[in-house]
Amino acid sequence: MVLAEHTGMQVSEGTYELVGKARELASALGGMTEVALLGPRDLAGQLGGADIVVSVEHPALEEYLPEAYEQALLEVLAQRSPRLLLMSNATIGLDLGAALSVRWDAPLAAYVSALEIEGGAVTATAKILGGKVLTEVELPGERGIVTVLGSAFSATEGQLALTPEVVQVAPPAGLDALRMSLRQVFEADSGDLDISAADMLVSVGRGIESPDNMEIVQELADALGVPLSASRPVVDAGWLPKTRQVGQSGLKVKPRVYLALGISGAPEHLEGMRNAELIIACNTDPGAPIFGIAHYGTTVDLFDLVPELVDKIRG
Amino acid sequence: MRIVVPMRAVPDLVEEIELTADGTGIDREYLTFVLSEWDAQALEEALLLKDASGAEVVAVGLADDPEIDQVLYTALAKGADAAVKIAAASAAGSLGSAVIPTADRAALLARYLAAQPADLVITGVQAADDLDGQLPSTLAAMLDLPHASVVVSVETDGGSVTVRQEFAGGRSHELQVQMPAVIGVQSARQAPRYAPITRIRQAQQAGGLTELAVSPPAAGRGLVVRRMHRPEATGHAEMLTGSAGDVADQIVGLLRARGLVKG
Repeated sequence: MVLAEHTGMQVSEGTYELVGKARELASALGGMTEVALLGPRDLAGQLGGADIVVSVEHPALEEYLPEAYEQALLEVLAQRSPRLLLMSNATIGLDLGAALSVRWDAPLAAYVSALEIEGGAVTATAKILGGKVLTEVELPGERGIVTVLGSAFSATEGQLALTPEVVQVAPPAGLDALRMSLRQVFEADSGDLDISAADMLVSVGRGIESPDNMEIVQELADALGVPLSASRPVVDAGWLPKTRQVGQSGLKVKPRVYLALGISGAPEHLEGMRNAELIIACNTDPGAPIFGIAHYGTTVDLFDLVPELVDKIRG
Repeated sequence: MRIVVPMRAVPDLVEEIELTADGTGIDREYLTFVLSEWDAQALEEALLLKDASGAEVVAVGLADDPEIDQVLYTALAKGADAAVKIAAASAAGSLGSAVIPTADRAALLARYLAAQPADLVITGVQAADDLDGQLPSTLAAMLDLPHASVVVSVETDGGSVTVRQEFAGGRSHELQVQMPAVIGVQSARQAPRYAPITRIRQAQQAGGLTELAVSPPAAGRGLVVRRMHRPEATGHAEMLTGSAGDVADQIVGLLRARGLVKG
């Protein structure tokens, strides 16, 4: 079973990636692919990759609300008893995966980038420690939950145009006695400039070490006349605004050149920039995952490299 | 209002991670541990609430975690009112290994919180090594409390909190959540404050860590770790070598070929 993520109008790309994988696993196990659709039932028309769409409708499910989703999903899990629940490893998966693991009493594997059936057992590969270590785990027992990283699987198989049966599940009574409510929805704020429209980005990561060092990379961006962007740790530290964040929780960018300075290449970051035409990465750790997708790389210290670049560009 | 902030250290990702010889764990001996960055954000958000409304902030850690004394003394130096170190009353199961599974960690914290309830539990949304899921929602489910994660601001308002929950691409929801509640913080409203080393030393000299024994939880149905390994790159970057100046020349050449550097 896959939890569908949607904005109320549109099912997310990540949902199709999960549905595609679910079809493969269901076929290996001789089962069916179900998608849990919480909220607007008419979105079932976008879920043609499922054999069955399990729909729960209730006013509290119109937009994502953690407690409402959790209660509705528990009801769906109790009624449908799936072998496996797949969710995205983004906000909803981070919010609900571990809670459902406790309340549905099923082991959970998070940060998963590969998922197989081996002799009837579910095995998953998780990318932990910023993508520096891959961990192969087995989910013991008769049920399990897996939260999957974005772009781990192809969306193609999940976008079939079958005509799934829609099964309605009555909303649980708990949805009328929630301990939280949605007050307001904020759309993305593009801020001072749109980094997703830039021809080239100079992007900086954890390796910059301190806010005082931001000046030297800003100088490089200025010399090139391109925006400065960053990976999540730099933005969370408050050294650049959120509108400059590249990654799964920030913006997806596709510039002609992406210069990554001191970025190790955590899965969350790679998802936002893997489609850049040319990726040049500078990181002192030769084992940094960023070198797995960069076209050119160097282990020269960025604090030595950047001043040289500025000098040569300024001529 | 009492705010409890569970905190811990994780392997420093700037350094190379060594694996144990049998390949099923990380080798704790050669690792540097630093405060989990999301826990630093969570503590900052709790301290901002204290600054605004005079809440009591209690930092909590597990005695079996690496560098936990340093983590808790730093929290005291930054302004936490108390720090509590929880020890499992007897060594059991996986406790003591390099990484304590989230379910075991949450079970110990849940016992502590059941005995000494908090109005608000604020902790990091995730940690770099929480393979079996994240602490905030595990803990909330065990305590049957409402919860929200990937939160970027927390403000109290009588018996409830108003939080902003963030989604991919910068979309966000403002939620009102009844207390008691558990909040997983992605980032605080401002960058985490800095504690000078002298103040951390003062906190160490003053003592001030309360140690508390909690009976260990029954082993849950966890994951079975088969193997850990480093990622094998499917592709690999062409490496530019030489001095910093040589490498800069090569990069400028690549940019010039694409018209991004004139001349």
